[in-house]
Amino acid sequence: MAVDVQAVAPRPSRLARFLKGDIAWSFRKSPVAVGAAVVLIVIAVTAFAAPLISPQNPYDLKQLFLDKAELPPILSKDGEWPYLLGTDPQGRDVLSAILYGSRISLAIGLLSVALAMTIGVTVGLVAGFFGGRVDNLLMRIGDTVLSIPTLLVAILVSAVFRELLPQNMREGFSAAILVLSIALTGWVQYARTVRASTMVERRKEYVLAARIIGVKPSRIMRRHILPNTLTPVLVAATLNLGLAILSEATLSFLGVGMPVTQPSLGTLIRIGNQYLFSGLWWVVVFPAVQLALIVLSVNLLGDWLRDALNPKLR
Amino acid sequence: MIVFLLKRLANAALVMVAVALLAFLIFRFLGDPVELMLNEQASQAQRDALRIRLGLDRGVVWQFLTFLGNAVQGDFGISYRNQQDVFQLIGERMPATLELVLVATVLSLVIGMPLGVYTAIRRNAPVAQALQFVSVVGVSLPSFAVGILLILAFSVTLGWLPGFGRGQVVQLGWWSTGFLTPSGRSALVLPSITLSLFQITLVMRLVRAEMLEVLRTDFIRFARARGLRDRTVHFRHALQNCLMPVITITGLQIGNLIAFALVTETVFQWPGMGFLFIQAVTHVDIPVMAAYLLVVSFIFVSLNTVVDLLYAVVDPRLRSDVVRGGAGGG
Repeated sequence: MAVDVQAVAPRPSRLARFLKGDIAWSFRKSPVAVGAAVVLIVIAVTAFAAPLISPQNPYDLKQLFLDKAELPPILSKDGEWPYLLGTDPQGRDVLSAILYGSRISLAIGLLSVALAMTIGVTVGLVAGFFGGRVDNLLMRIGDTVLSIPTLLVAILVSAVFRELLPQNMREGFSAAILVLSIALTGWVQYARTVRASTMVERRKEYVLAARIIGVKPSRIMRRHILPNTLTPVLVAATLNLGLAILSEATLSFLGVGMPVTQPSLGTLIRIGNQYLFSGLWWVVVFPAVQLALIVLSVNLLGDWLRDALNPKLR
Repeated sequence: MIVFLLKRLANAALVMVAVALLAFLIFRFLGDPVELMLNEQASQAQRDALRIRLGLDRGVVWQFLTFLGNAVQGDFGISYRNQQDVFQLIGERMPATLELVLVATVLSLVIGMPLGVYTAIRRNAPVAQALQFVSVVGVSLPSFAVGILLILAFSVTLGWLPGFGRGQVVQLGWWSTGFLTPSGRSALVLPSITLSLFQITLVMRLVRAEMLEVLRTDFIRFARARGLRDRTVHFRHALQNCLMPVITITGLQIGNLIAFALVTETVFQWPGMGFLFIQAVTHVDIPVMAAYLLVVSFIFVSLNTVVDLLYAVVDPRLRSDVVRGGAGGG
C-alpha cells in the first residue's frame, strides 16, 4: 500500500523542498536577515525598474529645467513635487539619479563578484587537482596579488586599462574596466578556498572511481569535485558583494571609476562633494545613505548565511 | 630558524621584484617617458642625457635592472606634471600621511579595546548587543561617505573643526609636523576619525572574540576561584592574553591604512602621499604612480615580513614546522 502512495504522490518541487529545508527555516527565524532581504529586494527592484518608475530621466537633457535647480527635499519649506529628494545645480532630480546610479552600482558589483568567482574557482580547481608546479605557480601569483593593498591594485589596473584604450572608447568601457579591476583583486580568496577543499576531495574514492572508468580530468573537476566545494564559495561571494560595491563606489569617488555621464552612486557622491560647502547637503547625503543601506543589508545577509550554513552553529 | 628567516626574506624580495616589474611595465610602456618628462623646449642633448639616466638606450632587461637599481637608490625620475624629482615629492608628502596613520592607529586601540572588553564581559547586555550591531554598520559605511558627513556636520554646519588641509605645520628637519600647532591638531581630528572608524570596529571585534575565548579557559576559572576581583581577572589575566593577536593585526593593518589613507586624504584634501598619488592618476603622471606603488608596497611587505619573523621568535612551533618542510610555509 505504502508503495502505491509514493507512486501516486508527486515528488515535491525543488522550491517546495527548499522552503521546508533548514536554510529557509533559519531565515524565517532571523528578523535581521528578513529585514535586510526586504530592503535589498526593494532597492534592487526600484533600481532595475528605474526607467519605468523614476520621475525623470536624469541624463536626458531635455528633461532638465534650470529653474528647478537646487530645490531642497520635499519636506522642507521650498520643496516641490515631484522632486522628493530635491535637485542638484543642473536641475537633476536626486531621487532619479539615485535610482539610475544604484542600478549601475548593483550591476557592477554583481558582475565583478561573478567574474572573480569564475576566475578563482577555476584557478583553485586546477591548482588543487593537479598540485605540484602548476599549484605552486598559481598560488605564488595569488600571494603576490595579496601582498599589495587591494585598493591600490584596483586603482592601478583601472588607470592602466583606461590609458591603454583610445580616448573615445574610455567612457563606454568604464564599467567593464571597473568589473575587471575589482575582479582581478578579488579572485584569490575563492581560489584558496576551492583549492583547499579540492585537495581533500580528490583523494576520495568517488574521484578515484571516476578516474578508473576513464572520465576526463576537466569533467571530474566540473561535475564531481566542484559541487562539493561550493558552499564556502557562496558565503564568500555574498560577503564579497558588499566589498565589491564599496570598491566600485570608492574608485568612482576617486575619479577612476564611472564617468559623470553614467554616474554610479560613488560618482554621485563625488559630484555632490563639490557642493558640500554651498549648503546643498541633499545632493550628497541621499546617495551616501543609499550606498550604506545596500552594503549594510548585503553584509547582514552574508553574516546570516555564513552562520546558517555552518554546521557547528546549528 | 635561519632557514625560516632566509625563506621569508627571499619571499619578500620576490614579491618586491614582482611589484617592481609591474611598476616598470607601467612606467615604460604607457607613453614615452622621455617625451613626457621634459617640456617641448628641451634640447636634444637634454633628451639624450635623460635617456641615458633612465637607461632607455639599452635592451629591455637592462632597462629593468637600471630601473630597479635607480629605485633602490631612491631615483624614480622626474614628475611629468611639475618637473620635480619624484623621490623628493613623495618625501615631502610622507610625514602628513604617516602622522594621520599614527593618530588613527592610536585612536583605534584606545577606543576599540575597551569596547571589545566591554562587549565580551557583558555579552548579553543590550548596550553590548547594540555595539555589536553598530560595528557591522561601521564596516558597511564607505569611509569617504563618513568623511563627507563629518565635514558636513562639524565644519559646514557647526563650524567647529576645519574640513580640509593640514593647518599650520612646523618643519623639524625634513619632517613637517602638525602636532605642534593648535590649527594642525584640530585639522587632524576629522580625518583621523574617518580613517580609524573601520579599524576601531576591527579591533573591537577581535578583542571581543579573543576575550570570549580566554574567559572560558581554566586559568581564568582558577583566578576567580582564588577570589580575585572581577577587574583584576578581566584586565590583568584575560586582556593581557589577548594582546598578542591585537598587536599583530594592528601592525599588519598599518600598511593597509597607509594605502587606504588615500581615500581619506582625497576627501579632506590632506597633503599626503595618497592625495599626491590620486592627482598623479588623474593627470597620468606615471613616475609618481610607479614610485608610490613601490614605496607603499615596500612598507606593506616589510611589515608583513617583520610580523612573520616576530611570530616565529615568539612561537617556536612555527619554526619546527618549516624545518620539517611542512605546509606552513605559505
